[in-house]
Amino acid sequence: MTKALGLLVALFALWLALSGYFKPFLLIVGFLSCLFTVLLARRMNLLDDEAVPLQLRLTLPLYWSWLGGEIFKSALAVSKIILSPRIVLDQQLIAVESPLKTDMGHVIFANSITLTPGTATVEAAPGKFLVHALTNEAASAEAFTEMARRVAVVETR
Amino acid sequence: MDPALIDFARNLATAIAFIVGGGFILVGSLGLVRLPDVWSRIHAAGIIDTIGAELILIGMMFQTGLTQTTLKLALIGLFLFITGPTATHAVANASFIAGIRPDRLKRNESEAVLGEDTPEEMKA
Repeated sequence: MTKALGLLVALFALWLALSGYFKPFLLIVGFLSCLFTVLLARRMNLLDDEAVPLQLRLTLPLYWSWLGGEIFKSALAVSKIILSPRIVLDQQLIAVESPLKTDMGHVIFANSITLTPGTATVEAAPGKFLVHALTNEAASAEAFTEMARRVAVVETR
Repeated sequence: MDPALIDFARNLATAIAFIVGGGFILVGSLGLVRLPDVWSRIHAAGIIDTIGAELILIGMMFQTGLTQTTLKLALIGLFLFITGPTATHAVANASFIAGIRPDRLKRNESEAVLGEDTPEEMKA
């Protein structure tokens, strides 16, 4: 029920943001179409933690801003490699432990690794990821543990 | 505050975001050409579609101010933030399954993660 209500609020907010109409008739029609979508989603059993991630902590935007800083730093590092006169790479496929508890946590962690230039998640196995790193620096284990620790904070309330 | 000053600050912020974002896109494109193989090129593409695209969007948001357009730009940024790495992962995963070995692979822990399921070409 909470999930259905959460999805309804989110859908209607999205509808408002994209349409920008505030006439009563259109508002009602928009609301009804959101309601219809929620009913369909319920019939399809889509109202789970994946479609409506209400279990995430509200500090997620703070995590994103920290991630933005990390992305900037590693983008600079990769740019330096690209612009150096002789490109020297230490390509490696490394195993990264994922200590997270929920599926959503694993997804956020894997996507964060891929978002950061210099590292990309290649494959997943239970509790572990295979990550491709461009350099030794990008493959440092401390950076991954720090990121996993921060994801663990936002994954559940 | 003086409206002219606010306008100037906004234009300055946009200019900085565009120049830095455009710079990253340029470097990323150069990387696509200069780097040796598909694995390393993935990271150059990563620069373009994360920091490059996001900075351009942020620059545009300074111009639109507190309007609906800004909200839409923010939503585009959010979707890029999620679909970008998903597409990158799809390419990396496809190369892995196809058995394309990274150029001069220095360390390979594929079997530590996948064990038996590791594609033949990717085994150490």
